[in-house]
Amino acid sequence: MNQRVHGGDILAETGEEVVGMSAVERTAAAEGLEAEQELFTINMGPHHPATHGVLRLLVSLEGEVVRDLKPVMGYVHTGIEKNCEDKSYWKVIPFVERMDYLSYFFNMHVFCAGVERLLELEVPRRASYLRVIHMELNRLHSHLVWLGTSALDLGAMSMFFYCFRDRDRVLDLFEMSSGQRMHTRYFQVGGVFEDIPVGFAHNLRAFCAEMPSRIDQYEAILNANEIFLERTRNVGVVSRERLLDLGVTGPLLRAAGEPWDLRKVTPYECYEDLDFNVPVGTVGDGYDRYRVRVQELRESVRIIEQALEGLPEGPWIADDRKVVLPPRDELSTSMEALIHHFKLVTEGFRVPPGEAYYANESPRGELGCFVVADGSAKPVRVHYRDPSFANLQALRDMCLNGYIADLIQNLAMLDPILGGIDR
Amino acid sequence: MPDAPGLELIAKELNDAAEGSVLGTYHEHGEACLIADPDRILDILRWLRDTPSQEYRFLSSLHGVDYLPAKPRFGVVYELLNMPRVERLRVRAAIDDPGGEELPELDSCVELFPGAEFHEREVYDFFGIVFRGHPDMRRILMPEEYVGWPQRRDFPLGGEPVIFTRDEPAMPRWYE
Repeated sequence: MNQRVHGGDILAETGEEVVGMSAVERTAAAEGLEAEQELFTINMGPHHPATHGVLRLLVSLEGEVVRDLKPVMGYVHTGIEKNCEDKSYWKVIPFVERMDYLSYFFNMHVFCAGVERLLELEVPRRASYLRVIHMELNRLHSHLVWLGTSALDLGAMSMFFYCFRDRDRVLDLFEMSSGQRMHTRYFQVGGVFEDIPVGFAHNLRAFCAEMPSRIDQYEAILNANEIFLERTRNVGVVSRERLLDLGVTGPLLRAAGEPWDLRKVTPYECYEDLDFNVPVGTVGDGYDRYRVRVQELRESVRIIEQALEGLPEGPWIADDRKVVLPPRDELSTSMEALIHHFKLVTEGFRVPPGEAYYANESPRGELGCFVVADGSAKPVRVHYRDPSFANLQALRDMCLNGYIADLIQNLAMLDPILGGIDR
Repeated sequence: MPDAPGLELIAKELNDAAEGSVLGTYHEHGEACLIADPDRILDILRWLRDTPSQEYRFLSSLHGVDYLPAKPRFGVVYELLNMPRVERLRVRAAIDDPGGEELPELDSCVELFPGAEFHEREVYDFFGIVFRGHPDMRRILMPEEYVGWPQRRDFPLGGEPVIFTRDEPAMPRWYE
């Protein structure tokens, strides 16, 4: 198959005499016309099905070629960070979950782990394993939504239904362990809210046994699909160095060949006990981004299987009564437990003054949470370094001098979540 | 992360290279932080980025913090990362509030770290800290015509009047 150069045009491949530098100039020259000099600025979004949320793009076009692009965001800004300053620490957790609405376990985790770092609180091993299981399930969920919607943008309608079918099974598992399908508030400062129920492990094993064959099916549909290959190969290539300068992390960076994964380089929770690979791409085009993410689905399944196999017995939440709610049955027999329960629910726990930045590897890259505490029961500042927010800066580099149809593809492969960008 | 003696070494070398640029250091919870003179912030970041033994070439994040009632009031926090050594270093520029309508200013680090563009706009949007030399210093998440700096600690939470249709007769021409 012809390797189409990013920003190139069809004429360049047909052996016609090439006139001029740009695709537009060549096309215009071939038709015996003057090159179109006038730029046409259009507004794409905020309500556009291909923007994956409420993102507005100001696109300057020369014919069909993108000459400039500026993202405009803030349409779903809800002031979550400001509101967090008025909530006690344990009430912040459900708030921050709603930022990046596809990776809520990760949002919860960075906040809880950041506060744990300020409290210097150890998390029990079982809680670590349960957190990893749920985060990897969340990664599957997030990548499946991405795969379904992105393939839909590129015209593969059936992928959407297949992916959402499997995503629903992940949500069923979340419902089983926490009672909620989305925004579960399952992680607590000190561990997790509740042990997994009877039957969860069985269902999870059945899911993990089936998932690899499902991923085979997705790959069978897309990997060698002529339309998909034409739309994604050699499109949106940005060099590794430029991506690093722009602060891009996650699958986008790995697709460009940089094996940077926080789970590997700074193993948090119990990742050092688990065996998994970090998939990397070579070219850094849309196709590599797709392949890296699909491979991550497989690795996530492997991680879940190992974590479930090695799940240690023991408590699932730390035993620090100044931070963690006492067990329910103690309330009727122990006065101290009742007092602790009352204090924690009414006032919340206090966190010693300090600052902490905790980062984990979310499905979109480095998700960081910066918590500033002043010794009271409410944080002074909660700031999220959202990966979509940083990654969006690379969109202009990806789209410049390419066709507007490639813009849709680039945006789909970028996988921005506007809830996380706008917060 | 550099350990506590490593952090002191960095601070000393920085003070040798750019005199008086580091105002203090602290090391807590395994995280290292330099407190920087806001006028010298670019010197510090450039030194940390380009000196062969340092090479903190990746800017993970940039936060604005309002430490009211502490002085200096504002902090702009840079989370630097050395990828090969997997070391994080935090640099905090401590900025005074000039008071009144005047906005605090700081040099933009976009020329060093192009990825800081959105982050600096976010800090400007929420704290009213102006970054000198930023290519596009506008609000990013709040509406462009918005008045006020919502993440400052003295900015009230809620309390914004909401007009319902039933109240309109009682308050004619409220929109003016």
